[in-house]
Amino acid sequence: MEPISLIVNGSTATVTADGDTPLLDILRNHLGLVGTKFGCGQEQCGCCMVLVDGRPEKSCGKALSTVAGKAITTIEGLGTPERPHPLQQAFLDEQAGQCGYCLSGILISAKALLDHNPAPSRSQIAEALDDNICRCGSHVRILRAVERAAAQLREGGVR
Amino acid sequence: MNTPTLPPLLAANPRLDQWVRFPSPGRVAVSTGRVEIGQGVLTAMLQIAAEELDVAPERVLLQTGDTDLTPNEGYTAGSQSIQFGGVALRMVCAEVRALFLDHAAASCGYSRADLAVHDGAITHRGEPTAHDYWSLAAAVDLTRHATGQPPTKSVRDYTVVGRSAPRTDLPAKVFGGPAFIHDMVLDGIVHARVVRQPRRGATIARVDEAALRRAANGPVEIVRYGNFLAILGAEETVVEAVAAVAPNHVSWDGVDPINPFQEEARWLLQQPSIDRTIGPTPPSEPIPGTTRHEATYTRMHIAHASVAPSCGLAVFRHGKLQVWTHSQGVYPLRDALARTLKLNPAAISVKHVQGPGCYGHNGADDAATDAAVIAFHQPGKPIRVRWRREEEFAFEPVSPAMVVTAQAVVDDAGRLADWTTEIWSGRHTSRPGGGGNLLAAEALSDPPPHPPAVEGGYPPGAGTRNGEPLYDFPAKRIVHHLIAETPVRTSSLRGLGATANVFAIESMMDELAERAGQDPVAYRLSVLSDARARSVVEHVARISGWQAGLPSGTGRGRGVAFARYKNMAAYAAVVADVAVDENVRLLRVWCAADAGLVINPDGAINQLEGGIIHGASWALKEGVRLDTAGISSRDWETYPVLRFSEVPEVTVELVDPMADRPCLGVGEASGGPTVAAIGNAVAHALGARLRDLPLTRERVMAALLRA
Repeated sequence: MEPISLIVNGSTATVTADGDTPLLDILRNHLGLVGTKFGCGQEQCGCCMVLVDGRPEKSCGKALSTVAGKAITTIEGLGTPERPHPLQQAFLDEQAGQCGYCLSGILISAKALLDHNPAPSRSQIAEALDDNICRCGSHVRILRAVERAAAQLREGGVR
Repeated sequence: MNTPTLPPLLAANPRLDQWVRFPSPGRVAVSTGRVEIGQGVLTAMLQIAAEELDVAPERVLLQTGDTDLTPNEGYTAGSQSIQFGGVALRMVCAEVRALFLDHAAASCGYSRADLAVHDGAITHRGEPTAHDYWSLAAAVDLTRHATGQPPTKSVRDYTVVGRSAPRTDLPAKVFGGPAFIHDMVLDGIVHARVVRQPRRGATIARVDEAALRRAANGPVEIVRYGNFLAILGAEETVVEAVAAVAPNHVSWDGVDPINPFQEEARWLLQQPSIDRTIGPTPPSEPIPGTTRHEATYTRMHIAHASVAPSCGLAVFRHGKLQVWTHSQGVYPLRDALARTLKLNPAAISVKHVQGPGCYGHNGADDAATDAAVIAFHQPGKPIRVRWRREEEFAFEPVSPAMVVTAQAVVDDAGRLADWTTEIWSGRHTSRPGGGGNLLAAEALSDPPPHPPAVEGGYPPGAGTRNGEPLYDFPAKRIVHHLIAETPVRTSSLRGLGATANVFAIESMMDELAERAGQDPVAYRLSVLSDARARSVVEHVARISGWQAGLPSGTGRGRGVAFARYKNMAAYAAVVADVAVDENVRLLRVWCAADAGLVINPDGAINQLEGGIIHGASWALKEGVRLDTAGISSRDWETYPVLRFSEVPEVTVELVDPMADRPCLGVGEASGGPTVAAIGNAVAHALGARLRDLPLTRERVMAALLRA
């Protein structure tokens, strides 16, 4: 096995693992980034969503070899409690979550949307989140939180 | 002096220090046996403790669901955490505060009536004293038993309870911290996957170990205890890859095919059953001047379908078994593990760690038992079992299919004379507390007996839950048929029988209103004398702008439904707007709920909203599919659930949340009324009624053809 490098949340990470290893497994078990969640392993639920060169991708179905040298953004790269991304702040402000297991994937999908559409309609937000399953029924709050974050970003959020 | 009767939870856990301790200056350790399953209970418990102890919420360290640390409160289930657990905690905190004030008065010569607590500091006539909880902690004995005597605070003095508080567990989940059991890392962790016994009683015929090892891209160990087969290894990806192909390389004896037609609920009608009637015997003669109306409603098996599969961790060291689980009941699981492994319960510690929302008895207990069984046989190795997605779908206990017949006897004006709800259902309760019904235990060489099917008392009932309408029928009864043998394992899921029963009752109430030529809201109010029930119906009619006389069969519909969960918890009334072409599109839902005193209003609203979306998903999408091998809906394509673009606008309002009344459990209150309101809205839109859940495109088309 040859070492493979990728850029995770802005830093280069080099891992020695089989090239077929899912990116999700690399993030969680090799790099200790457990914010990205396992949900189904079948690319059906969106719990494991990350950005790969800015595009939302389900990391459970992305082999390590296909992301060599690419820029990966995970939930840990979005913001911190001290310096939250407007999306994270909006989810807290709206109390948008119940069990919260789906949230990191949803935040990533929402970030991908707002990065290219700063003023999405409610139905555009819903469509962008349709690959993400939430089972607790926090959908309405989540939609509201994304709208709130979009407005915040338009008003001069720094990111 | 009258000794108040302690609530059962307090009688079972009477020592005050089981609930409240002062471990270090400025900190209060509060223990609850209730666990966080996404419902926000920890935040509400923290509010209750802070309020009643008069300390800032930030001072409270909450300990939860740990057999070494917290009181035994059984299961976190049935919308009972606040209604019972919260009430017990409130009494304990009031007593602790009173003991400290008594001590300060006696030792410092203050008049007791002049003392109060302000953020943990004891004040005298509003002025600081030298004392606080922490300076007096050594002198106040909290090992004593609760008496339940000291009064709790008056609602009008509340500053923490009754105000919306942000969820304490949400930040870790939003910032990607290790918030879940799946995220736990133990040194030297060994990943494990189980090759599941396809059916209870099946025995391993052959294991092609060579084929399993060929599928492994790294070292794995294959272990077998009886008919319990597992793959272990240090690399999760390697173990997962072997587990994925393992069913192809392990053959079993004693696996009889099941009849896939059992996925439709009506097969229950032909099954032997344990029968009982709750309520008066039916009238032997027709009641003069009345007509009998009857209709049958069905619901398929429903999956909990948590967003992620179950996970459990365990390590067995020096004769002591430590287990981490997202089970709803750490104590019952400990006892079940003790029976399974023939260990003393005192040798087992079970600790709750949060998991994905479970909505009832899913695979959590089984995954923990898998880990415990392996760990027991592999001393010193920390074992982590994470179920595979298809494993969760195929092997979690599902909510049983139900057939419900509503039989109403009314006169021409719709006045009520007699009511019967006849219910056919598999068991709704098979939690493992009794030691049975754990998959791993059943696969071991000496499996425990299969626990008998039981229904339990009514109320609250299980399959019979909410089987009795709250409307003013002079005589009403439930006829219950418990089907002991079902094709798949079944157990508790949010609402239990209430979902199908409320769907049947509230559909029939609309059918009766229509026959009487009356508006559904007006008709319900004309036969509903419970004041709190009336107020939620009136409230939801008002906020939804309910109008009588809207024409039916236009493709747009509006429906209403009401229930009081278990007929003893929160009241909820729901109005739903739908548009139906071939599919049902849910446009808007309103809900009014009366949950008595509400600890965290936003938390309660969040739960009611969640119940509405969950109920909408049940109503429109969910049904477990079967084939001859068992459950065949093993992914999100074959078990579809409501997605973001299908979610309606939702408005929830609480009725009198700060009134000084007992707290009423709210977590399961909105699901049944939502399903029924959607059913009524679809009937209104189509001018034809669908009585079988879910309300799929195929069923809408069939109803249109019939109409």
